[in-house]
Amino acid sequence: MTPLMHGFVWGLVIATVLVTIAVLSIWFERKFSARMQSRLGPTLVGPAGILQLVADALKMMQKEDLIPEKADSILFRLAPPFTVLFTLSVAAVIPFSENVLAADLDIGVLFMLAVGGLVVFPVWIAGWSSNNKYALLGAMRAVAQGIAYEIPLVLSAMVPVVLAQSMRFSDIISVQAETHWFVIWPLGPGLIAFVIFFICSLAEANRIPFDIPEAESELVAGVTTEYAGMRFGLLQMAEYLHTLIASAVAAAIFFGGWDGPFAPGLHWMVLKTLALFFTIFWIRWSLVRFRSDQLMALCWKYLLPLSLLLVMVAALFVHYCGVGA
Amino acid sequence: MDQWVAAAGFVAVAIIVPVSMLVGAKLLAVTAKSSSKLKTMTYECGEEPEGGAWLQFHPRYYLVALIFVLFDIEAVFLFPWALAIEELGGLAIVDMLIFVLVLLLGWGYALRKGALKWQ
Repeated sequence: MTPLMHGFVWGLVIATVLVTIAVLSIWFERKFSARMQSRLGPTLVGPAGILQLVADALKMMQKEDLIPEKADSILFRLAPPFTVLFTLSVAAVIPFSENVLAADLDIGVLFMLAVGGLVVFPVWIAGWSSNNKYALLGAMRAVAQGIAYEIPLVLSAMVPVVLAQSMRFSDIISVQAETHWFVIWPLGPGLIAFVIFFICSLAEANRIPFDIPEAESELVAGVTTEYAGMRFGLLQMAEYLHTLIASAVAAAIFFGGWDGPFAPGLHWMVLKTLALFFTIFWIRWSLVRFRSDQLMALCWKYLLPLSLLLVMVAALFVHYCGVGA
Repeated sequence: MDQWVAAAGFVAVAIIVPVSMLVGAKLLAVTAKSSSKLKTMTYECGEEPEGGAWLQFHPRYYLVALIFVLFDIEAVFLFPWALAIEELGGLAIVDMLIFVLVLLLGWGYALRKGALKWQ
């Protein structure tokens, strides 16, 4: 099989599974949040309301494709597909097991950070081209928050890179499989780096407690205010995909990816990813929203110097103890 | 190189996914026969929008962008170094420590000046 076909076929498989999980998670989140608030959630369509998804998707597709008169129509149309494109592209380098991976790039971690970082552009374009004050404010906040948290995200992702002395995802996982998961050992830097990475992923994906860009009590729906139908659906899907893929990345570089006893590697990777994904929902329905200034203070005053420090500590560890100590 | 070609194959799928969804929506979507001005009006709580939305905004966003560029470039310097720690040895770590300390000085200056404060 040629490399292009390899990437394409695995891409079809991985993308289908990721999109399916992202869509199913919407039903799960509605059920789960309902349980947390002593409600029932969707019950009417299908058993336990699971066909609600199909109904919602069909409804979204049937909606008229509304373009506001004053919006910049070309940019307005283009922005939503690009959010999905950039978000989904990150999954190209994530290994779900030794064999289930589309492209084992030697600079995988850099690719993940670079392509993932591109998502702020379509989000900003979506907000700006709407020519709506709520959308513009939401986009400003999303960009400010996105680039602020990009730095601790990059630095905390660098800790496993330093510890494994490689940016290739499969190398990072093999080093962990031979020794310990980075979240456990070296004691301290790995765990703290994971916590920072997780917080920053939440902020990048605009999830509660960092959902200031779409704070519905002040900004209607933020960037998505003017969107309707499938374009709104794409923006929404990109958000869920983003959290899912961020969970997969965290599982790979901090929790040893496919490494685990008894079961095949793929099972472990999926289990770890879903556990982290579930944690994000759990956090979302447990916490309240941060204020803008608290959000910025947390990032610039604490996470940034802390993550810089962690990189240096990891470097010293590698220097004195060697890779895979 | 093969791996990059494979990544391109994956990106092709990532293009197909949103495009196919939009095409599906195009096929299924209903379009109203008559359109009204109200329907395509910019949303502003049901009132007629007051002026456009492409306005000037607060310079604090500009400051955040500046500091972001600073630290992002620093991350660019850190990545090649991070991969060569074993080969380069202790001196490289001391060098990078000095570099990071200088940066942290700048960070402290920005902090004292209140550039990182979100008013």
